[in-house]
Amino acid sequence: MYDFNSCYLAKSVDDAIRALEANPAAVVISGGTDVLIKVREGKLAGCDLVSIHDVEALKGIQREENHSIVIGSASTFSQVVNDSIIQKHLPMLGEAADQVGGPQIRNMGTIGGNICNGVTSADCGAPLLAMNAVLETECKEGKRQLPIGEWYAGPGVTVRKHGEILTKIRIAEKDYRGYTGHYIKYGKREAMEIATLGCAVWLKLSEDKRRLEDIRLAFAVAAPTPIRCRKIEEQLKGRELSPNLYEMIGKGALEEVSPRSSWRASKEFRLHLVEELAKRAFGQAVLNGGGVDLA
Amino acid sequence: MGVHENMKRVDAYGKVTGDAKYTADLMTGNLLTARVVHSTIANGVVKAFDLEEALAVPGVLKIVTCFDVPEIEFPTPGHPWSVEVAHQDVADRRLLNKRVRFYGDDVAAVIAEDEIAAVKAARLVKVEYEEYDPIISVEQAMEEGCVPVHENVPDNVLKHTGFIVGEESYQEAVQGEEGLIFLEKVYETKRVQHCHMEVPVSFAYMDGSGKLTVVTSTQIPHIVRRVVGQALGMSWGNIRVIKPYIGGGFGNKQEVLYEPLNAFLSTQVGGRGVKLELTREETFISTRTRHPISFDIRAAVRKDGTLVARRLKAYSDQGGYASHGHSIVANAVNQFKQMYRDEKALEVDAYTVYTNLGVGGAMRGYGIPQSAFAVEAMVDDLAGLIQMDPLEFRLKNCVQAGYEDPHTHVKFYSYGLLDCIRKGRDSIQWDQKRKEYDNQTGDVRRGVGMAIFCYKTGVYPISLETASSRMVLNEDGSIQLQMGATEIGQGADTVFTQMASEVLGISQEKIYIMSSQDTDVTPFDTGAYASRQTYVSGMALKKTAETMKAKILDYASWKLKIPAVRLDIAQDAIVMREGRDRLLGLEELAMEACYSLERSSHITAEESIHCVDNTFSSGACFAEVEVDLRIGKVKVLKILNVHDSGRLINPKLAEAQVHGGMSMGLGYALSEELLYDDQGRLLNGNLLDYKLPTSMDTPKLQAEFVEIEDPTGPFGNKALGEPPAIPVAPAIRNAVLHATGVAVDSLPLSPQKLVKCFKEAGLI
Amino acid sequence: MLRIIKIVVNGKEIETAIDEREALVDTLRNRLHLTSVKKGCEVGECGACTVLVDGTAIDSCMYLTVWAEGKHITTVEGLKGPNGELSAIQQAFVDEAAVQCGFCTPGLIMTAVEIVGTGKKYSREELRRLISGHLCRCTGYENILNAVEKVVDGKNQIQE
Repeated sequence: MYDFNSCYLAKSVDDAIRALEANPAAVVISGGTDVLIKVREGKLAGCDLVSIHDVEALKGIQREENHSIVIGSASTFSQVVNDSIIQKHLPMLGEAADQVGGPQIRNMGTIGGNICNGVTSADCGAPLLAMNAVLETECKEGKRQLPIGEWYAGPGVTVRKHGEILTKIRIAEKDYRGYTGHYIKYGKREAMEIATLGCAVWLKLSEDKRRLEDIRLAFAVAAPTPIRCRKIEEQLKGRELSPNLYEMIGKGALEEVSPRSSWRASKEFRLHLVEELAKRAFGQAVLNGGGVDLA
Repeated sequence: MGVHENMKRVDAYGKVTGDAKYTADLMTGNLLTARVVHSTIANGVVKAFDLEEALAVPGVLKIVTCFDVPEIEFPTPGHPWSVEVAHQDVADRRLLNKRVRFYGDDVAAVIAEDEIAAVKAARLVKVEYEEYDPIISVEQAMEEGCVPVHENVPDNVLKHTGFIVGEESYQEAVQGEEGLIFLEKVYETKRVQHCHMEVPVSFAYMDGSGKLTVVTSTQIPHIVRRVVGQALGMSWGNIRVIKPYIGGGFGNKQEVLYEPLNAFLSTQVGGRGVKLELTREETFISTRTRHPISFDIRAAVRKDGTLVARRLKAYSDQGGYASHGHSIVANAVNQFKQMYRDEKALEVDAYTVYTNLGVGGAMRGYGIPQSAFAVEAMVDDLAGLIQMDPLEFRLKNCVQAGYEDPHTHVKFYSYGLLDCIRKGRDSIQWDQKRKEYDNQTGDVRRGVGMAIFCYKTGVYPISLETASSRMVLNEDGSIQLQMGATEIGQGADTVFTQMASEVLGISQEKIYIMSSQDTDVTPFDTGAYASRQTYVSGMALKKTAETMKAKILDYASWKLKIPAVRLDIAQDAIVMREGRDRLLGLEELAMEACYSLERSSHITAEESIHCVDNTFSSGACFAEVEVDLRIGKVKVLKILNVHDSGRLINPKLAEAQVHGGMSMGLGYALSEELLYDDQGRLLNGNLLDYKLPTSMDTPKLQAEFVEIEDPTGPFGNKALGEPPAIPVAPAIRNAVLHATGVAVDSLPLSPQKLVKCFKEAGLI
Repeated sequence: MLRIIKIVVNGKEIETAIDEREALVDTLRNRLHLTSVKKGCEVGECGACTVLVDGTAIDSCMYLTVWAEGKHITTVEGLKGPNGELSAIQQAFVDEAAVQCGFCTPGLIMTAVEIVGTGKKYSREELRRLISGHLCRCTGYENILNAVEKVVDGKNQIQE
């Protein structure tokens, strides 16, 4: 039994927005795996919930006419993992989603929730950052689109306003066509884990597989929010694949991250992992793209 | 079917269908909900409460505080009571405590109509404290002038004991000899928890006659009854404890946890039913843990591999209350003398020290997993110093057949340790792999390691060993079997059924064991701990079955006009001892015995046993690992436990038991540790942040046995329950040492620690 | 606030009043007396409360009952045959000594039912991953994997 005051079951996005507008203290709940824990802990005890759990319009994964891939925010991690469009075009996102918690959690928790909780350890954050995902939200004023890079406002905080609902996560064709990648979730256990560090490398190789046409490097738990390492990305773009790129990406990443010490892991250890995982994820991403791992 | 066969579990059907009822499943009716208010400081005194807001929560009936409970201190460990005052457990707890001794101590309790009201009110209870500095280490606790955690223990040393084996001290032993090689190290184990999947849960009520009943998830129902009586100052006969199926215990429920408080709360609301179900977080914070023990060792060895002398100082961090107290480290240090011979001297001191951290209690292995880590790490380190194969070092110095502890006189009545080592050596391809993995380079390296152990069977002679059993012959020839010993998941009910079948000659399908203990009707037993039940309770069962059989044969003798000595029971019938001719079905005999107009007799038997035997079991773990140096990860490629546990009553269940212990050992080795901040607050008290192994962290687990009949075991058997958890952590530590050359001297071998060690060693 | 909800539980349509604050585990245990559904952590970290909702395994401790409206719920109480005979997966748990204290067992069996229901074959490593949302302290997962593997190998023919 959870100590919340009420739970309004929204029938549609508009209905949810109306309910939120009517109650400035209400909290959106989707899969429930984060919000209910906060209710139980007391952080959200006594709150009013607006449930979008069964709003069908928020579920499902499609390709639009312009080949953008659109993921409904209330799609569960399992739906993302098992979706054929994701498997074909965004396999790294599926791999990341497949490392959230355990199977039951993945059947419950949603990709939208993973982004809306704003936490740096969210497994889908870094991959979506690397994919230049665009988030579509709705509120009573209408829709807005914003790049995921502008979404995070601080640890556990996003720019989402009260009464605003994340509806879609969109990845444009230019951000996935020809790209391959690799996500490494580093934790103490192989399942039921919160990332000590996460590293996503998303890259595009030249046709001859010898040059980096584009590369994106993103981390979870390497800063207060998921982050991209744009400086090193710029330095690497266009380069021929060579063994020294590994050193570059590892050292380059260190310049851009700012992990903190916590009882879960020290800053020094996380920095060590940043360098190591960047190299490993890069090597695997190159391999996945048909290149040769020169490490 | 009898013993030494793979009978399917008697409770399996119930457990796969949901028919098996655990404590919480029996909470029907209008039970009130209790919630404990825990201290938010680690060290201090409760000065006052402000209950106004909490009492205003709708549905709250009553709030009981530490100022409202009887001024009775009681002990909590699941030990047999000692009739000698000097040997009685330390009584240092009240139902609720004014003197706060750890972060999460119990200071008040809310009784409410429902869970939400109870939780809400518990959050709103305001407590005013006088605070002292939290004592978060043994060193700090032992400093001059440190505030005593318990006033009657001014130096915070709950107990200090020691012993010497040999004629001289360590110093005397080593100073006269040239050329000795010395090791000086501190090995450290960390605080971990049992993580039984069912949290501690109970409910209590008074019936019309004033009897107070407590239904609880416990390993020790009779001891719970005693402690509830002691804590409440009530007649023990007026207390009834019922133990349904339990979802694991591993020693945490070999402790009287919240039953006395739960019982007391019922008395505070006129005997209404009150339930007290801990959350997982409370379980981590406020129940018991495995003691962290540090072992300060000096050892001297000769170049030929002879262990000459050792000096050990062991410091056990007790936390805030005595619980099982010094028994744990006292048991732990025995491993040093029982595992290896020192040619000249072994000098041991053991200290148990109060701190303000989580309370140490019993946990599978009772101190031996800690000391086995230290002893077996030490052995590999010593072998390394003289460049000797650590397996050979063990063969040269380890305990041999016929060993008898010089102080407790516990013996190896059967001895299979060398066979275990041999079996493991072959299976893991020790000799080949030790060579193959020497002198590796690169970022990913492999190694093999091993560890051995020995373990007593039960608690004799340190403590009393007693058990009892009762059997009733039903009119159709079937048997009701009652044991005071408890099924806690290990398979006790199944092996008891097999034993009864074996002795009685009655098929197991006709033996109905009562799985639930109810102290009003169940014969006395101290409960499930110390790997004692198949041995000690098995003796009681065997004796009872023999009495039962004699009574049945006596009746048959009268009926058949054949002397009882010429009769036997086999396959549910009376048969001739010679020739095995079937004379009379047991069904017929039983019906006659009950309803005979000539000689009606209700055939029952009840016996108790006072066990004055003990025998060592032993075994070994062998592990092959792959270490990814740069990310500090250890992958276990192969792991094998070989056990010398006498004859196995049920090989399949024995194997399953070993798997579970190995899994616990893996967590101890690689990932588990309770972490506290500088205020003594537990940081990772939930199943996400406390890293017990998932299926993906667990390699294939291989269990093997060396079966040697133990002459003292009722069926040739000896301890098996706890031992599987013991040797795994040191075996993995030693495998990592072999792979990398880096000796990690504290548990767990977590990635961050390993990366630090590998950096220091210049490997990465 | 009480709400009337219609759900199909173990094949039987049920209409009952619930408190909207109830987790599915509370409804199943306290109102429908399906006590095979165990509580081990209440926050989705142990898997003991796993049930199937429309064939999908979820932690019922973090699933609000109001979300179950119109859905099919399955617990181990729904697996037995009409004469109490065990389903193949239950029988495999018995035969492989995959049961010890039994507290994680019903949840694991439900995940196994979901796995078997896919009709696919899985490697041992894949099975490890598929049951990784369940914590067990008694078995080291070894015999549980043996049981699941036995049924998957026996029934499921399509290679994943």
